[in-house]
Amino acid sequence: MPPRPSPETPADAGGAPHAPDAPASAEELSVRARRRFLQGIAQVGAAGAVAATSAGAARAAWGGQTLQDAFGSFFQDHYQRMTPDEIAAALARIERKAQRQHGVAITCANTPPLPNTVFGYALNISKCKGYRDCVEGCLKENNQGRDSQVQYIRVLELDNGTLDLERSNHYYDPKAVPQPGKTYLPVQCMQCDNPPCVKACPVEATWKEPDGIVVIDYDWCIGCRYCMTACPYWARHFNWTRPQIPAAEINPNTHYLGNRPRPQGVVEKCHFCTQRTRTGRQPACQEACPTGARVFGNLLDPNSEIRWILANKQVFRLKEDLGTEPKFWYYSDDKGSAVR
Amino acid sequence: MSIVSFVLDGVRAMLRGGRLYWTWLGGLALVFGVGVLAYIGQLRDGLVVTGMSDQVSWGFYIANFAFLVGIAAAAVLLVIPAYLFHRADVKQVVLIGEGLAVAAVLCAMMFVLADLGSPERAWHLLPFIGRFNWPQSLLAWDVLVLNGYLALNLALPFYVHYRHWQGREPNLRAYFPVVVVAMFWAVSIHTVTAFLFSANAGRPFWHTALLGPRFIASAFVSGPALIIVVLQLIRRHTAYPVQQGVIDLLALIMAFALQISLFFVGAELFTDFYAETSHAGSMRYLFFGLHGLHGLQAWIWTALALNVVAVVLLSIHRTRRAPLTLNIACGLAFAGIWIEKGMGLVVPGFIPTPLGEVFEYSPTARELLVALGIWAFGALVFTLLAKASIAIETGAVRQGSAAGQPGGAPVLSGSSAPS
Repeated sequence: MPPRPSPETPADAGGAPHAPDAPASAEELSVRARRRFLQGIAQVGAAGAVAATSAGAARAAWGGQTLQDAFGSFFQDHYQRMTPDEIAAALARIERKAQRQHGVAITCANTPPLPNTVFGYALNISKCKGYRDCVEGCLKENNQGRDSQVQYIRVLELDNGTLDLERSNHYYDPKAVPQPGKTYLPVQCMQCDNPPCVKACPVEATWKEPDGIVVIDYDWCIGCRYCMTACPYWARHFNWTRPQIPAAEINPNTHYLGNRPRPQGVVEKCHFCTQRTRTGRQPACQEACPTGARVFGNLLDPNSEIRWILANKQVFRLKEDLGTEPKFWYYSDDKGSAVR
Repeated sequence: MSIVSFVLDGVRAMLRGGRLYWTWLGGLALVFGVGVLAYIGQLRDGLVVTGMSDQVSWGFYIANFAFLVGIAAAAVLLVIPAYLFHRADVKQVVLIGEGLAVAAVLCAMMFVLADLGSPERAWHLLPFIGRFNWPQSLLAWDVLVLNGYLALNLALPFYVHYRHWQGREPNLRAYFPVVVVAMFWAVSIHTVTAFLFSANAGRPFWHTALLGPRFIASAFVSGPALIIVVLQLIRRHTAYPVQQGVIDLLALIMAFALQISLFFVGAELFTDFYAETSHAGSMRYLFFGLHGLHGLQAWIWTALALNVVAVVLLSIHRTRRAPLTLNIACGLAFAGIWIEKGMGLVVPGFIPTPLGEVFEYSPTARELLVALGIWAFGALVFTLLAKASIAIETGAVRQGSAAGQPGGAPVLSGSSAPS
């Protein structure tokens, strides 16, 4: 890692790390200029905010933030352009905001993708019994708003022999599952390799990370919902109101691109439990499922269980003909099951 | 600086008017104010105050947006005859059409803003400072072409009016290339708006190559419908000369466009229902209901009926020429296209959802209030622009003349009495 110039260097206040002797390209200069512009405004704003708030503890007034934090987060740059210092400041703001809004001390991390890793998911529909434990496990893990009923996973109940989604029942509620003659199909974000949502977003608030997860910068999203229009799997959900989460149910271990508490007016979706999977753990839905129907792993590891399934089972993907290249496969142990 | 006095003279012209004028402006301002109040509530509580949901995530706001982009694009129907076919009578009113385009584009952009979940972050769309996903995102394209169209329709009339205010003729050779750009640009704004929808492979109701042509055809119905009514009002209430030839031309264009538009509807219905696949789910929901839910059925059949009656009135020479039946046809067609292109196009695209769920939508009172407020704002902008334009074009306002006194020859020769 090349030595970072000190922040006092006038030529490069807060600029990206670079070899001090290399001549700066035009692009680099414009990047630095933009950073200085944004930082300048943020500093002016923060200074103004500090001056404006009375001496003593600043009270939370701006969506649960201090005025200083509100300015800081308003002028926050896109995740992919922030320097490590800016990201650290953003993480600290998120933690402070959660403390103010929910009274809970959370940690917000920015764990990078694991090297040589692209995540994939396989789901055994002969094992899925429609319990919806995965839906609940996801909710416990990912800090969705409760009153707005945001759920990343939706389990579809289908009659055996058909995969016609229009004939599916989303709200099945019998006394016991599985019901005879029914198949259960959980659907969540497919983390497409050719994601239509990434193309659609006018501000690049959503993109595909190196580990294959399609993530959202919740602080950059403008809430136009064009990505929701573009998604063929109904995987993306919107915060139509401020997410209400009971303090006791908040998961304090969060990730900037994952389950940290989101603001009103932004889109969110399954992110393969970024806060877990980037530290080598399984996603919450996989752990919650008692039947072993869910298999999550590294597609680049030839010895992984998911690679074995892809090689040895008859797998299919939803709406494959749309060219989205989903990284979520379905398969069955039953021979001759309807998988088309 | 003469430009400053030009602008000041224009503003003064906007502020001169009789009781009817000020009542009209006051009423519009009131409706706009109510809309603003409703919007503030939406900002505070979130878009949950609308009828939208994860299932139907675009609704009344985007419906009006799509419709208004069509109105804005239809100004080209005055620009082309005026500048390419040298129709002097159309040239007299082309500035009014461009003023209408400005108001319509502004309204369209306000509807998008009203629909945003985090509008304070709109600056994220700016290139360089924000992150503008052009050319990949169709929404980015739309932002680009709409702002460009607004700039064109502000700059061109500004220049022409400025020259007329100075008592000079504008240099046609200088600005004709810009006019040509504006002609193509007008078609492009509505094509891009159609592509916004048709780009979505996961939404079979929109994913058709015919959507672009349908948008243009229906825009060339709703736009002239509005322009015809507005021109007649101007002819009645001001000294601005509006020759009958302009109305006749627009009505004829409207007739052809509505015939083509209905043909397109027929083509869609055949394609979806002759050999019905699951891709026809939205069309079935719209026209016949699906899974027992049929919230839009009455609307779409009404729209179809309105358009059919309108096309009959427009296709018969006698009824197209007679002012009463022409105005009826304009009203019917405007309403019919508004339903068909607005609620009848945006909402069914989401029903059923990509996972097959049928979840209905209807706008809430707050949505309606915000929408009315934006329409009122558009009417306000157009009224003010038209007022200034008429004052300059009739010679009432000239450079160096005292306020309110005609200082030079009117640009437009034509009787001041309504014809």
